[in-house]
Amino acid sequence: MAHHDTHADHAHDDHHGPEKGIMRWIKTTNHKDLGTLYLFFAFTMFFIGGLMSLVIRAELFVPGLQFVQPEFFNQMTTMHALVMIFGGVMPAFVGLANWMVPMMIGCSDLALPRVNNWGFWILPFAFGLLLSTLFMDGGAPAGGWTMYPPLVLQTGEAFPFLIFAVHLMGISSITGAINVVVTILNMRAPGMTLLKMPLFVWTWLITAYLLIAVMPVLAGAVTMLLTDKYFGTSFFTASGGGDPVLFQHIFWFFGHPEVYIMILPAFGIVSTIIPTFARKALFGYDSMVYATASIAFLSFIVWAHHMFTVGMPLAGELFFMFATMLIAVPTGVKVFNWVATMWKGSMTFETPMLFALGFVFLFTIGGFSGLMLAITPVDFQYHDTYFVVAHFHYVLVPGAVFSIIAAVYYWIPKWTGRMYNEFWGKVHFWLSAIFINLTFFPQHFAGLAGMQRRVPDYAVQFTDWNVISSIGAFGFFAAQFIFIINILACCYGWFGRKQGLPARVWEGAHGLEWTVPSPAPYHTFEDPPQVTEAELTAVHDKTDALDGHKLA
Amino acid sequence: MASTAAPHTQRYYVPAPSAWPFVLTVGLVATIIGVGAYLEGAHIGPLPIWIGVALSIYIIFRWFRGIARESEGGLYSAQVDRTYRWGMSWFIFSEVMFFGAFFGALFYARSLSLPWLGGEGSKLATHLTLWPGFEAVWPSNGPANLGGEFETIPAFGVPLLNTIILLTSGFTITMAHHALKENKRLACILWMWATVALGVSFLFLQAEEYIHAYTELNLTLHSGIYGSTFFMLTGFHGMHVTLGTIMLIVITLRLMAGHFKPDAHFGFEGVAWYWHFVDVVWIGLFIVVYWL
Repeated sequence: MAHHDTHADHAHDDHHGPEKGIMRWIKTTNHKDLGTLYLFFAFTMFFIGGLMSLVIRAELFVPGLQFVQPEFFNQMTTMHALVMIFGGVMPAFVGLANWMVPMMIGCSDLALPRVNNWGFWILPFAFGLLLSTLFMDGGAPAGGWTMYPPLVLQTGEAFPFLIFAVHLMGISSITGAINVVVTILNMRAPGMTLLKMPLFVWTWLITAYLLIAVMPVLAGAVTMLLTDKYFGTSFFTASGGGDPVLFQHIFWFFGHPEVYIMILPAFGIVSTIIPTFARKALFGYDSMVYATASIAFLSFIVWAHHMFTVGMPLAGELFFMFATMLIAVPTGVKVFNWVATMWKGSMTFETPMLFALGFVFLFTIGGFSGLMLAITPVDFQYHDTYFVVAHFHYVLVPGAVFSIIAAVYYWIPKWTGRMYNEFWGKVHFWLSAIFINLTFFPQHFAGLAGMQRRVPDYAVQFTDWNVISSIGAFGFFAAQFIFIINILACCYGWFGRKQGLPARVWEGAHGLEWTVPSPAPYHTFEDPPQVTEAELTAVHDKTDALDGHKLA
Repeated sequence: MASTAAPHTQRYYVPAPSAWPFVLTVGLVATIIGVGAYLEGAHIGPLPIWIGVALSIYIIFRWFRGIARESEGGLYSAQVDRTYRWGMSWFIFSEVMFFGAFFGALFYARSLSLPWLGGEGSKLATHLTLWPGFEAVWPSNGPANLGGEFETIPAFGVPLLNTIILLTSGFTITMAHHALKENKRLACILWMWATVALGVSFLFLQAEEYIHAYTELNLTLHSGIYGSTFFMLTGFHGMHVTLGTIMLIVITLRLMAGHFKPDAHFGFEGVAWYWHFVDVVWIGLFIVVYWL
């Protein structure tokens, strides 16, 4: 077993425990504390963003205007996206990276612990600022999360706070990403060579690279919006020689890699969970790494597929169409590898596995609708319809969010030392899977039939699909309370849940994080472990892991 | 099994819990609230800005002083040193991408949006409908002649002088680095002050040039796309030179206080990297903003 916990009793010069009370969380430099903070913050944001989506779905339940004014409806669509993307999905993945990357590569903490604290604490302030705009004159931003000028320049008092909130989120993401990259490049335990790292670490390395590359571009774009509104510049004003479409180019140069920022860590999680519950090594480890890197590279040269209808030259339309379709190749490699991993495996279907399988199925649906959208001539019809809404929600909710849920179920026993309730976990999965499809699948049909997104009213022929969609949304939201209670019960030991799980909680799990006790002590791997071939081979054996490798 | 402890060398330094990041955030957010309210004309006065800026500067000072003390106190192993090297490299990469957004805007305006407004390619209808008389020539403040007629700053005057100044400062800081590695402290400090002097001269000339542009050339932020790209690119570069000069001064004062060793001085090298970065950005600016 883990040798290091014999060291835990030693008093070391640089060994410090947590501070007492609230100051523990404000001042902490511990990656586990910060991971927990990130995750709780993300879940708070998921809840707030979820409530906003319910406002949207309530209004769209039937045609006509029922509950909210169109202006407020637009604020809800805009804020829902900003909160979910920058407040929910991204911080949740950073929280998982905080917790798991040091434990997976065998180091004591992230490379820059104080910067890590800073990156987290910016977020509550940034979102406090952003959410406070709901109460300002002119309301919250309502021009869509993409902030296209000239529309976004009509925002009221909220405008500078929107821009500065985005700046703050950028600082948070960049500091967090630099931290992750440096940790992975510099802090790996002896024997943990690059091509032996768990895939979650690999996908996060590439994600962090994308973040460092594109968050500054977003900062530049919104800075130009700010100066256009207040300082007389004309970047996005045609009469001054600028072009509103220029903003879209810069924004989507950020925005498309951003899409992969929100899905690559999910690929890493699924690539971790499926081998565990298939009791087989991940199929095609190297190809997974190369596929991830290829996706990252391609993500920089496909941005204008978000802009097929703005009137680009034909050569541009064709280039971005073909480059986009190329992404299907490395993504297909991944999906086939996951399937091949399960082939002839001894599969069991615990909750994390169910969510991972749900991911593979439903993310693939989102991938296919993405391919349809990539085809320029058909995109002219699909553009800005509910088909697009259905597409990106399929990759984000049963994609990214399912992977986050899977990760929490998978690692919560390691974090808290308590097992979640399997029955309620399964109930949570099935309710989520059913309701999420009820929510988003009908939107494909509504969109293909011509229903526009970001409009609070619609023609009566779309009513049936929208009724189903709204029922699904409320059901999905309600189902998440099962998850919250199940997880909080692990955190606080409700319902008499006792600690006392083995280090390797899942019999088929491999990797360094399963060599430390459950719950993981406050400090792990203060002295880097000597990583043995046995543990690593099991992570991604080229041969069948079940042959000749006895599971611990 | 998997984790028998490696032979004990120096452990990676994990700092104690710290309130600096939190307080820095409070300072930043106070500043932001003040500036945002000012931009929207709300009457809350400049107090939040001053408090926020003061708090931020104070914490940044405390934080870096703390790092200097930890470093001088021998808490940083070779591995921590590598962390700072990687961290600074990636930070500079993020800065490159930030400038990339503005360079991209310049290239797009010059080679796409302006020619289109002039009727090139498939955008003939826009040209004929909106501004049939507009001819796309660079420099331009657009078809509406925003901000009125203006003149530009010729490349081979002050900007060339500034190029020479920055390139020379790249040379002097390299000389300082060599002196430090050979443990010639006095020479190092003198070369550093020379670098600082060159940085300050650059900033002085840039400020003069801005005044000249605003008062005599009618070249302002309002001068259409030319004024926008010109001032945003040179302005952000100038802010980075200002920051770089402050960093140079801090490092020089630390040298005078006896900090750094011939073989361990990443604080120095990080600043030098940053200085070379603003240098390279300037070369880009000189070529595509002033010259071409």
